[in-house]
Amino acid sequence: MTELKVTSDVPAAGDLPPGATPRGEIAAGIRLSFAAGLGMFPIGIAFGVLVVQTGLPWWVAPGLSIAVFAGSVELLLVGLVVAATPLATIALTVLLVNFRHVFYAFSFPLHVVKHPLARFYSVYALIDEAYAVTAASPGTWNRWRLLAMQAAFHSYWVGGGLVGVVLASFLPATVEGLEFALCALFITLTLDACRSGKQVPSLVLAGLSLGLSLVLVPDSALFASMLGFVGLLIVRHLLAQRRRAEADDV
Amino acid sequence: MSETGYLLAVMAIGFAITFALRAVPFAALQPLRESRLVADLALWMPVGILAILTVSTLRSSLESDSSRLLPAVLATAVTVVVHLVGGRRTLLSVGAGTATFVLLVNLL
Repeated sequence: MTELKVTSDVPAAGDLPPGATPRGEIAAGIRLSFAAGLGMFPIGIAFGVLVVQTGLPWWVAPGLSIAVFAGSVELLLVGLVVAATPLATIALTVLLVNFRHVFYAFSFPLHVVKHPLARFYSVYALIDEAYAVTAASPGTWNRWRLLAMQAAFHSYWVGGGLVGVVLASFLPATVEGLEFALCALFITLTLDACRSGKQVPSLVLAGLSLGLSLVLVPDSALFASMLGFVGLLIVRHLLAQRRRAEADDV
Repeated sequence: MSETGYLLAVMAIGFAITFALRAVPFAALQPLRESRLVADLALWMPVGILAILTVSTLRSSLESDSSRLLPAVLATAVTVVVHLVGGRRTLLSVGAGTATFVLLVNLL
């Protein structure tokens, strides 16, 4: 997340390059969605199965996928909802888990989309995968390609959830241990976020906050540890600011 | 609150907060870009939040049944090893880890 810059150097934003057709660009957008879709569709199925197997009504799967459209937090919400977690904790969890989306605006090519409704959709469907694919090839986006890719992602996720719901009703019994998919997903996401030693201080602070929360308030450890972690990061920021000021003085 | 009311409230909260997080920065891009605090949090938050989520999902999966400790440890190891050795292909790592856990829980 170091490349926080606005891509404003795209000529004739949203217009098609010479020789390109809307149809061709839509096809290109769908093609670009395949790699990430390979991961989204099966995890969507696991999400749908999980919703049914935890005893929630089937419509929770498409409901959450359409309302929230953010995979990891939806999987997490299933567990929280089953445990009848208070709405305030749910709100804080969604806020903190999805907070990273705030930073996608810096480089997401929303400027190529002109129509207000289309812009609304593009912002609403700004998932991790959409951000990642656009960030990988800046300057190549037009409204057809971008919206086609986002709609394709949307259909993989909602469709996967519905397939999971149907599949769950055919399974002879509940599959014990399937919920580990969420643990495994978070393990891989943590590994991906922690590629350099620079991330170690954040891990230590998170571990500290989590350890204290588990001992002091085990019943609301998730809420307390996230809040504590953000608090510790603000302290770290203040210390870093002081160091930067001192470095400027020298 | 009825169960349906609770579920609808969860969806409404999820939508409102997630959409606001995605939309507000486009409207308030300039001040956000200059905030040093926001830049620091952008850099430092993801790994810690993800680590907390990892531990808390592992914990809630163990809470229901303490005999799952060994399967959870082994499945976590499989997930990590497959992810690092297999070229960070999320689907492969998640599939291998989950299959390990499901097999161990049902066989042991």
